[in-house]
Amino acid sequence: MALLEVEEVVVRFGGVTAVAGVSFTVEDRQICGLIGPNGAGKTTLFNVISGIYRPSDGLVRFAGEVVTGQPRHRMAALGLGRTFQNLALFRSMSVRENVLAGAHAEGRTGFLANALRLPAARREERAAAVQAAQLLALLELDHVAEVPVAALPFGTQKRVEMARALISRPRLLLLDEPAGGLNHGEVDALAALLREVAARFHCAILLVEHHMNLVMRVSDKVVALDFGRKIADGTPAEVRRDPEVIRAYLGDGGGHARAA
Amino acid sequence: MSATDRIAALPLRRPAAGLAAWQRGALLLAGLAAALVPLWLLESFHLFQLTMAVIMALAVLGLNIVTGYNGQISLGHGAFFAVGAYATAILMSHLDWSFWATLPVSAAVCGLVGYGVGFPALRLGGLYLALTTFSLAVAVPQILKHRAIEDWTGGVQGLFLVKPDPPGFLPLNADQWMYCVALIVAALCFLLAWNLIRGRIGRALMATRDHPIAAEAMGMDIAALKTQAFAVSAMITGLAGSLSAVAVEYVAPDSFSFALSINLFVGMVVGGVASILGSLFGGLFVLFVPNIAEAISKAAPGVIYGVLLIAFLYLLPDGFAGLLRRLAARLRRGAG
Repeated sequence: MALLEVEEVVVRFGGVTAVAGVSFTVEDRQICGLIGPNGAGKTTLFNVISGIYRPSDGLVRFAGEVVTGQPRHRMAALGLGRTFQNLALFRSMSVRENVLAGAHAEGRTGFLANALRLPAARREERAAAVQAAQLLALLELDHVAEVPVAALPFGTQKRVEMARALISRPRLLLLDEPAGGLNHGEVDALAALLREVAARFHCAILLVEHHMNLVMRVSDKVVALDFGRKIADGTPAEVRRDPEVIRAYLGDGGGHARAA
Repeated sequence: MSATDRIAALPLRRPAAGLAAWQRGALLLAGLAAALVPLWLLESFHLFQLTMAVIMALAVLGLNIVTGYNGQISLGHGAFFAVGAYATAILMSHLDWSFWATLPVSAAVCGLVGYGVGFPALRLGGLYLALTTFSLAVAVPQILKHRAIEDWTGGVQGLFLVKPDPPGFLPLNADQWMYCVALIVAALCFLLAWNLIRGRIGRALMATRDHPIAAEAMGMDIAALKTQAFAVSAMITGLAGSLSAVAVEYVAPDSFSFALSINLFVGMVVGGVASILGSLFGGLFVLFVPNIAEAISKAAPGVIYGVLLIAFLYLLPDGFAGLLRRLAARLRRGAG
């Protein structure tokens, strides 16, 4: 059984069909790239998987459980971690606090236990602190740990988001355009990081990305969308050769080479 | 200046984190001494004022939990203050309960009312929530006067009660003991709030305020957090109301006009939004600045108050808490 199963997902906004019956799977510990030209429905599909949108039809199964229709805050506890396209950090908080906030789903203690510092709350806090320290070191954020996130450069903030998503030990990490806004060298570092994360945290990664080079380099599997439909699904090499993919990216007349 | 230098020059959010254990202990002792010295230094009236300032600080702390840390604007916290005050007053004057016994009941009642207000608050964001809570503040004094509950509330006349007696083994009079009572209750609440804010729930409250969608993705149940934040906030402000009832030895509907709610809001902003310690200064401001304004001009204290308020906001854009943070950062740089 696949870790993530997307089954015949349809999303309509008013009269517009953004996703028209897409199915694919992601296996445990697989890195899957979701690609497609602008407006292909990648981000919409991503939001369905992460529970932000409810599909008009179809469903998403995660580890055998139907997640479509579950409350959004349940996703983290199920093992779905995510980052956001345009950074969604907690701006007033420090880097460390942001990462610790990511551990929320790991904890159980409520208002009373925390106000009284009951042993359970202390235990959770210690465990989260240890994990946060490890992640800050891994993502080279330890020297800025106490700095408010809003004051950091874009690339660093992206790493904070990654650490925040990883601290809850997700089984599937959803990354929405992680390479967006990064320069060439940073994209190289990101590719290495994604490989390391998948290996070290034993998690699958679903990557929505414009940056074709990155997707082809890190993915075990690539799913290509165009106009809300799936047009290809296979290894990076297969998808790269697929005539429909080439047409979608280059156009019939061979427009500008976005797939470069 | 390189990126790392710029980052190194940024203020850290937690000035206390860098202090050694003995430094923290010394600060605590100094604070305790500063809190107790007025017992012998001030005569009755001024000690009463200081008692009220402590009570106001506690009320501001309650508001800070829901508005400062959780971002739900409340312009109606005077209502919770009133409910707490009346809970204590009714139990003491009708049922002869001791003051201490009324506190859990007052906290529970206010918590429930706060929880109830928290639900419509989920649907009403920002300015709409501000107006809704404001309407609560406007309504409560009139509800308290209502004929149907007059037997309990004393109607327009209000209720009289007496301060708790000082325990025999302490050489304190009733006013001095009242100050101690307010200090004890407030200190406990400040400690609990501090614990709450620096842990899992505090981070969740701030995360929900900063970015609700991301907060949900981290597994935070926003509806539960927001309603519970309202409940806890109302509880703390309600306890302040309980204290004020016995400190003043009288409750009446008109002591809890909407001006009280606005004053608490002013105290929170001047003290420092989302700051535990700032709430303390907020309480002092709320109580003493109007008096100072009146001392400067008997004819137009409102004008002086307005000018002082603007001056404070201008000079201390992040409230007293921001000032303390900057001073601490300077001290650290000087030391390091």
